Amino acid sequence: MLATSPAFKQNASDAMADSGLQKALTRTRAQLPARRAAAVAALPEFEQLRNIGRDIKNHTLANLDFYLETWEANVTRAGGQVHWCSTADDARAAVLAICERVGARTVTKGKSMISEELGINEHLEAHGIAPIETDLAEYILQLRREPPSHIIGPAFHLNREDWEASFRASHTHLPADRVFNEPRDIMAEARTLLREKFIGADVGITGANFLIAETGSSVIVTNEGNGDLTQTLPRVHIVLASIEKMVPTLEDATSLLRLLARSATGQDMSVYTTFSTGVRRDGDWDGPEEYHVVLIDNGRTGMIGTDFQEMLRCIRCAACMNHCPVYMTVGGHSYGWVYPGPMGSVLTPSLIGVDQAGQLPNASTFCGKCESVCPVKIPLPKLMRHWREREFERHLTPVAMRRNLGLWAWFARRPAAYRLATRVAAAMLGLLGRRRGKFAALPFAGGWTEGRDLPAPEGETFFARYAREQRAGRA
Amino acid sequence: MALRARLAAHPRQLVPARSQVPRPEQIALLVRNIEREYGTVHRVTGPDDVPAAVGDYLSSHNLPSDFAMAPHPELQNLPWHVRPMLSIRVGRAMPSDLVSVQHGWAAVAETGTLVLPSAADRPTTLNLLSDTAIVVLRASRVVGAYEAAWDMMRAEWRDPLTGGFMPRNVMLVTGPSRSADIESVLELGAHGPRRLHVVLVDDDPAAKPAPV
Repeated sequence: MLATSPAFKQNASDAMADSGLQKALTRTRAQLPARRAAAVAALPEFEQLRNIGRDIKNHTLANLDFYLETWEANVTRAGGQVHWCSTADDARAAVLAICERVGARTVTKGKSMISEELGINEHLEAHGIAPIETDLAEYILQLRREPPSHIIGPAFHLNREDWEASFRASHTHLPADRVFNEPRDIMAEARTLLREKFIGADVGITGANFLIAETGSSVIVTNEGNGDLTQTLPRVHIVLASIEKMVPTLEDATSLLRLLARSATGQDMSVYTTFSTGVRRDGDWDGPEEYHVVLIDNGRTGMIGTDFQEMLRCIRCAACMNHCPVYMTVGGHSYGWVYPGPMGSVLTPSLIGVDQAGQLPNASTFCGKCESVCPVKIPLPKLMRHWREREFERHLTPVAMRRNLGLWAWFARRPAAYRLATRVAAAMLGLLGRRRGKFAALPFAGGWTEGRDLPAPEGETFFARYAREQRAGRA
Repeated sequence: MALRARLAAHPRQLVPARSQVPRPEQIALLVRNIEREYGTVHRVTGPDDVPAAVGDYLSSHNLPSDFAMAPHPELQNLPWHVRPMLSIRVGRAMPSDLVSVQHGWAAVAETGTLVLPSAADRPTTLNLLSDTAIVVLRASRVVGAYEAAWDMMRAEWRDPLTGGFMPRNVMLVTGPSRSADIESVLELGAHGPRRLHVVLVDDDPAAKPAPV
């Protein structure tokens, strides 16, 4: 996927002027945090579980080589095959090789963010194989040729009229005068069309929420059941999983599952949580005859042992973006790559480079809400700060910002000068703004005052007032 | 070494208190959670009552009387002859099936979750392809937390291929299929069943509700 992350500022401006997107964001802004809060309130042990989730992931990452090898041995024992892939190119080639070997013409797919990261669909299409997204939201995005804007609700940015228009434009074999009264009519049309695709597919590709070393299983979590149909009906099942999905045991996966759905949608448990272990057994009536796991690194091992290792704990619940004032204002597409919101602002520079994605860790108010809801306690603001430092060290920060930071640093290291400068500035601004009490425009701050007024200082600095009140209090 | 020991011991982490309650309350918690997740439950006093419960459910919802059923002995041995109008095809589900009857291996009260491992007598397609999925579950197979279900699997299951305890496919099912992808409006029956109905057989004396 080609990143538009370097154009974040322009993307964000466009997004704020997009009335359809703003309507979609307004609809869900309060809903998602409220649902999570209700689910968390109903489980008194939730806070303890967050610590446990963090510790399980830390333990696994510290011993990842052992768990990956143990897991592979168990996959092999169950008739499956693991394809180790260092890069996105390797992973695309591995998927294509399997599809070509079995003569696949159509491939059904469950929702997978790693598939977006790898650009699997484009690669298959270029080689004459038709990928079909089966998650309802991914399906409409495929019709519209749009990337996902949210990691669990990929069509988060669309409204009902968009669904209707896309279905009418794409499903031209159906009567043009059919009526969509309810969302369920739209869903029913997709269900019917996709049923045929599920049955006709030669290969099914899913992601994985977890890999379990103890049993050699891959786990997917869905509400629709599309992932299960994808992996049950075709002759071949390919799992795409990055290395940090690993957990040691079923008990460990269980603890993380208690966190996942509550953090994501406010459900206690998603509808279908499915553990897949190898190929169809003798006597089975259904299930795949081939089971492959394409195991992907694509930059993750480079994060181990660095400041950003903590990011590899992420279980992709989307709580951070659901609670983010920036995400909820500019939407997911503004971030310009696969992973939006706070987790994307940390992960994207790690995976595509801070030179491409340096603006993302700057797009934060540092309110800290993301960290406070993260089920595995990733210190997202701290990690964004690390990226800002790296960006500065590598001279990627814009010249004007570097100059202003330098100016501020000079004053900050000289308290007397700082106090003098702020006293003069506050007095002047106070004098100039006394009549109206605020400024609608200021030199060098046009971008800031475009959206709001700056209240005029009352003429005295905090330091001066504090000192005066201390004196008065003592007197 | 320590890592192998941890895998062998597969230590439980925190098990929430909500499901660690006496048996009758555990069953009540299961029923409450299934219903909260848009499923339905019908409790019957013994296996002989299952055919009538299934037949009545289908007729009361104007559903067809033919269905696909898991080739599981516990289901095949039920007295289906008491409902001669029911037409049963034993095996996997086909895409055209409107109704399926699955064997419930176990259920987890904590979240109202059915545990459905794949096997020659429990095809996975029965969980997925029909419009209305019916699951016959014995109350003695209800546990409080997921960890208890894993322990049951470790104790009872031998996989024919690996010799281990893990079946090819284990589905944890919590309510009928759904999506809220269109304007965050929850709709049931996205790709899987629109209805999930559990016939709960009270075969566990300790689990029966106290007489009123």
